[in-house]
Order: sequence, then C-alpha cells, then structure tokens
Amino acid sequence: MYRYDEYDQQIVDERVTLYRDQVRRRLANELTEDEFLPLRLQNGLYMQVHGYMLRIAVPYGLISATQMRMFAHIARKYDRGYGHFTTRQNIQFNWLRLEDTPDILADLASVEMHAIQTSGNCIRNITSDEYAGVAQDEVIDPRPYAEILRQWSTFHPEFAFLPRKFKIAISGGKEDRAAITAHDIGLSVTRNAQGEIGFRVLVGGGLGRTPIIGSEICEFVPWQHILTYAESILRIYNQYGRRDNKYKARIKILVKALGIDEFRRQVEADWANAKDGPGTLTEEELNRVASYFTDPDYATLSNHNSALNEFKADNRSFSNWFQRNVKPHRVPGYAIVVLSLKKLGVAPGDATAEQMDQVADLAERYSFGELRITHKQNLVLADVKQADLIRLWKEASTSGLTTPNIGLLTDMISCPGAEFCTLANARSIPLAELIAERFDSLDFQHDIGEIELNISGCMNACGQNHIGNIGITGVEKKNHDEWYQVSIGGAKGNNSSIGKIIGPSFTFNQVPEAIDRLLQVYLRERIEAERFIDTVRRIGHAPFKEHVYATTFEVEQEEVTDKSVVTPAQYSVPFYSPRF
Amino acid sequence: MKIIKNKIIMEDDWNVLRLNEQETAEDIVVKPGKQIVPLKVWLAQRSTLQLRSDLGVWLASDERPETIKDDLQQFSVIAVDFPRFADGRGYSIAYNLRVHLSYTGELRAIGDVLRDQFFYMQRVGFDAFAPRPDRSIEDALKGFSDYSEVYQVSYDQKLPLFRRVQRKGRLATGSVNE
Ligand code: HEM
Ligand code: SF4
Repeated sequence: MYRYDEYDQQIVDERVTLYRDQVRRRLANELTEDEFLPLRLQNGLYMQVHGYMLRIAVPYGLISATQMRMFAHIARKYDRGYGHFTTRQNIQFNWLRLEDTPDILADLASVEMHAIQTSGNCIRNITSDEYAGVAQDEVIDPRPYAEILRQWSTFHPEFAFLPRKFKIAISGGKEDRAAITAHDIGLSVTRNAQGEIGFRVLVGGGLGRTPIIGSEICEFVPWQHILTYAESILRIYNQYGRRDNKYKARIKILVKALGIDEFRRQVEADWANAKDGPGTLTEEELNRVASYFTDPDYATLSNHNSALNEFKADNRSFSNWFQRNVKPHRVPGYAIVVLSLKKLGVAPGDATAEQMDQVADLAERYSFGELRITHKQNLVLADVKQADLIRLWKEASTSGLTTPNIGLLTDMISCPGAEFCTLANARSIPLAELIAERFDSLDFQHDIGEIELNISGCMNACGQNHIGNIGITGVEKKNHDEWYQVSIGGAKGNNSSIGKIIGPSFTFNQVPEAIDRLLQVYLRERIEAERFIDTVRRIGHAPFKEHVYATTFEVEQEEVTDKSVVTPAQYSVPFYSPRF
Repeated sequence: MKIIKNKIIMEDDWNVLRLNEQETAEDIVVKPGKQIVPLKVWLAQRSTLQLRSDLGVWLASDERPETIKDDLQQFSVIAVDFPRFADGRGYSIAYNLRVHLSYTGELRAIGDVLRDQFFYMQRVGFDAFAPRPDRSIEDALKGFSDYSEVYQVSYDQKLPLFRRVQRKGRLATGSVNE
C-alpha cells in the first residue's frame, strides 16, 4: 500500500494548517457562510441534519490497520461511536462539531489521510476495484495508476471550481468491479495487441437525475499519456460545461449535447498541445509508485486444505459464509474475505468503533495489515491464508461481521436518506432494514441468488439505484409523504445498464411486498441458474409490472411524523447552512 | 485603488469599465486614461481604441481568449472577470492565454476575487489581483503561500513534482507493516 513521502506529508500538513485558519476566520465571522461553504466542501465537510458531516477520503478504498484504528478513535472522540462507509469507498462521520474538525484533520494527517476533495465541484476521490492486485481475472493492477491520478488531481489549480463534481473510477480486471461506466471518467487499464499498457477511456457516465452510461472517447491511451489526456478532458469540461443549471452541469450533459465525436475532437485538439509535454508520466515515477504495490510476502501454499473441507461439511454457517463471503485469490492457498456490514438491524455500511478496532486487528493478524472498503459498503481482507479461514470466521463472527450475504438480496446498497441528508425525499436506511427483515431467511436468499438492490432517498442517486437490478428511489409528492419508485433491469459491470421504472410509486410499507412480487415472477420464470437480471433481460419488464400491480397492497400505513427521527445533536450549531 | 501585483501591494490607476444595461458596446464612450474595457467594446470599437497607448481588456468567464489571439500586443493588461468565485472558467482562460497563446503581459483577476483562491490563480498564470475591496488586502497576501509544494504541471511550474525532485519510493518510506 502507498506510503507518504515527505512531499505528500507536507502537502497534507499544510492543508490542515490552512483549514484551521479558515475555520478560525469563519468562527470570527471574517468569512461568511457563503464564502466558507466552498472551502469546507473542499475539505469534505457538509452541513447535514444533525450537524457537520465529514467525508474522509480512502483513496481507491485501500486502508491500513493503523488508519482504521484512527477512524475508531475519531468515532469515539468526536462522533457517536460509529461511522458510515460509503459506496464511493470513503467513510463519513455524521455528528461532528465545526470547532473539532481541524483537530480531526490533524489526527488524520498523522496517519497519512485527509478529506481533500471529497466534496465540492472538483475532482473527487478516485475509486477502484476492491479486489485490485488479488483478483484472478486481473489484467493490470490499477492501484499505481490510481495513486498517480490521486496526486495529479490533488489541488489541481485549474480544476478546483468545475461546473460540478467530477468522479473518476479505474479498473484493471476483465470484469469491471469499479462501475466505470457510471463515472465522469471511467478508466480500464488494459494491454493492446502489442502488449503495451494503456487505458480504455470512457467519459460522461453518471447517475443522478439523468443517468447515462459513459461513452468511449478513446480505445487506448498509452499509460504515459493518461495525465495529459485526462487534463484535456477536464479543460474542455471546465470551459464548456453548463453552469446555469446545476442539474445539467455534469460532464455527461456536455458530452450528450456535443455528441461524443465532437467532444473527442475538442479534447484531442487541446491534447495536441500537451501531449508529450512535461506532464507525460515517466517510467521512473510509475516504478516508484508501483514499488508500493508489489506482492506481500506470500507463503508458498497449495489450494487444498482438507481441514477446511471437513469443517465446511460439518458446519452449515461456515459453509454458507465460505460460499458467499470468500472469493478466489490469484495466489494458491490464499483467499479474499469480504466482511459484511449488512447485518440485520444495522444500517448498510455502518460500523462501530469497536468493529473498526476489531477489523484492524483481524487485518494485522490475517491479511498483512491492510483492508479495503468496497463500493457495496463492505470491508475486504484481501490476502487471507485459506488455512486461517476457520479461525478468522470464528473471530469475525463475534464482531458481527460474518453475515453470509455478499451478493445476495440483503447485501443492499443504501444512501443515508432523510435521517441524515437534507436533500432527501424519503428515508432509506429504515427501508433497507424493513426489507432486510422481510427477506431475512437465508435459504430464500440463497435460492434467489445473486441480485443487487439499491436504495436512494432522492433522485441524486447516491445509492446508485439506477444500476441496481432492483432500484428504489424516494420521490417527492406534494403532501411530503414518502413515496418510492421501483425500477428493475439496472446493472453495473461489463454489461451495465440503467434500470427502468415499473410503474406508479409505493409507500414505505408497500415496498417489501412489491419486491416480493418481483421475486415471485423471477422464481416463476427463471430458467435453470439464470440470475434475476438475466431473467429481466430475457422476458422484459411487462410480466413483472403486470404481477406487481395485479392485486392491491394490503399493508398498514404507518404514520411518519418526523422523518429525521434520530435524536438531533445536542449542541447548538451557530454556523448553520441549510443546504450543502 | 490598491491591487496586488507580483505579490506586492501597490496603488493602481486602471479603471475597469463595466457597461450598465442601457449602454452598448458600440455606443459607449471610453473615457481617456487607463481603461480596461470589456472584450465586446474592444471588438466594436477596435479601430479607435487601438490608437491608444495604454489600453486594457477584460474577458467575461464565458468569453474565449482565442478571440484576441492576434491582438495580444495591443494591451497593457488583460483581466479575467470572476462573476462568482465558484465560477472556475477563468482558470482555464488564464491557462490558455499563458500557455497556448503565449501571452506574457499582466494578467489580472477581477471580480469576486478572494485570498483563498490566490494560490490556484497564480498557478495558472495570474500575476495581478484586485481582491474584493471589503477584505483586508494585507491579509490577502498570505494566500500565495498556502502550499510550498505542488504535484502537477501548470503555468507557474513547468515540471511535475516527479520530474523536479528525486522521490524515493518504498525503500525510503517503508511499507505499512514495518
Ligand atoms: C448525506 C450527504 C450526502 C449528500 C448531501 C449527497 C449529495 C449528492 C448529490 C446532490 C448528488 C447528485 C450529484 C449530481 O447528479 O450532480 C450525489 C450523487 C452521488 N452521491 Fe451523494 N450525497 C451524500 C451522501 C452520499 C453517500 C453516503 C454516498 C455513498 C454511500 C454517496 C454517493 C454518491 C454517488 C455514488 C452519487 C452518484 C454520482 C453520479 O451522479 O454519478 N453520497 N450526492
Ligand atoms: S440520494 Fe438523495 S437522500 Fe440519499 S444521500 Fe444522496 S442526496 Fe441524500
């Protein structure tokens, strides 16, 4: 994993000093909230329902045990004892005080972390494949490139005030696990016919109000040129992206308006000036950064472990877990373990300070001291000896991290929703819990098999509802009641697609029943081992729609008096800005 | 009025001409003296304006620097307007003027110009700043030294960090487990 050298450390330390001064000026009213807002946003600080929310960058989802312990410390000292891992491989703390945030950033800097560019209209934290470096289908390890892009984008002077946020994702496997088609720039590291390394570059993907799958702008940009090429894309976007309407400001709208061919022409005209210039990446720099991502000291092992097989045969819980939460590793004798943060009764992605400490211990004991955060809001131990799996499973079970549901129905993605987010139309987390309760039966979940269920509290789509096999979105109705739209047919990965809404929206309590009916159609129609998404693609929406709306919904309506029912923070917030 | 030029606070007697709603680029009478005129006025009145010895022009954030690519020698100063500090087009305008059009004269940031943006502005090629008059200009000077190192290429720094210094890699920093 990457370590800061003196330059990285200095830049992050200077940021803390600068931010401390900005907070001081804000508290002294030398800065208005309007002026402070973009500054705090560039430090990942939002104003939300309960107070300040801080989003901390976990570059491409990779984190050390020491850093995880720092999260635990922050959760205990400054927050309410827990944190929320996000779909963009970051972590958020929801209950902070403005006055404390400079100290939190200083704590983070002491373990080589920061909150730079985790919000605001700038280049955001770069996300990647959670199995990078260990996946069996990997073509090229994307992590060195992700780190190089992180450095390039950090405080890029020209692109700090873009029309809108800008998200880059990078993957290096045959299968795309980074949702690169749903990003402003999606990069796939590959080899061309000559064996040279480069990037397939997609542009203009994004979710939100106008979900669009990215278009290919270049089939192959040699790795040396990726920084200058990305810079040209950003420069065209910075100049021509719309700024009159924030819902039309993402690069996807510009690419759509110009057409990919015209957009490409403009980018390449700009690139002609920078190509081969000093911004070109050098072999030496690539090697320096790549030196941090070389293999750990793997032991020479074989894949067969009879003790494991015996235990699997005897222990149903373990074999369920093994089947769902353990993934094949590139190196014989090793396995990838996914620790589920989707336990019944817990908000998807939430982890307590104790759990953070425990996973840090597990990482040190079993996985070379490193962890990953997944875009599905789970945690990964990437390098576990197969021979350690039983012990690891027993220990992780005591921390509530072994729910055997990875890839199944209850491995849901959910945004924070109305309890935590000022933009929400409806609650997300309680709905996720209601659904999890309804489909708690593991046998049923195993029968349904692989399926992705994504929930967002509004059309900003933080829960990536558009690319969920089943997507649920809180929609606004005049009377401010909570209503949810349900879509099916969305998918991420190589064969990604945007889901389509099945029909009129549902109340909070109707949603689980609607999902149940969708699943009934799937069970009725599926052929052999077909996944839910395959059935939807084969038979189309009509049979689903027909069945869901065929009979009335007999569920009680619960009166929701206050959607932000979590007790608000018990301190006065003098520097309040209603919207981020 | 005071401005910051090459990181020094100095008196400045340029006037930034802004048209009000009744005025048009064709009809406005540009007063004598040091005037920074809107691009539109320059384009409309070029034949008379180019006779002046001291003239400046300013670009709005949606205007293109290429429009004046053949006129750059005509101006003693080119200014770029930031209607709101969050409108970041001016950064690319400045970069294009400096890097693609090789403009070497004074490049001034005007409008909603605040010290927290100075660091970025100087990097893309601004060398003069007219900070908002309601803020302390002395305080604003601090904005230039926010960071002592930068990673990437821009106008001020022709080489990226990895070409400028010897960065040492894993052997020097150690790995997470050491
Ligand atoms: C609670 C505070 C949050 C606020 C106010 C917020 C706000 C927003 C907004 C306004 C958008 C739409 C941007 C656009 O379309 O231009 C968005 C998109 C997104 N956010 Fe959030 N968000 C929050 C939390 C989260 C969390 C917790 C996650 C991860 C679990 C997340 C992940 C995303 C993703 C993946 C997108 C879609 C990006 C796209 O449109 O391509 N956000 N967010
Ligand atoms: S999808 Fe909407 S409700 Fe959910 S976090 Fe994003 S902005 Fe908030």
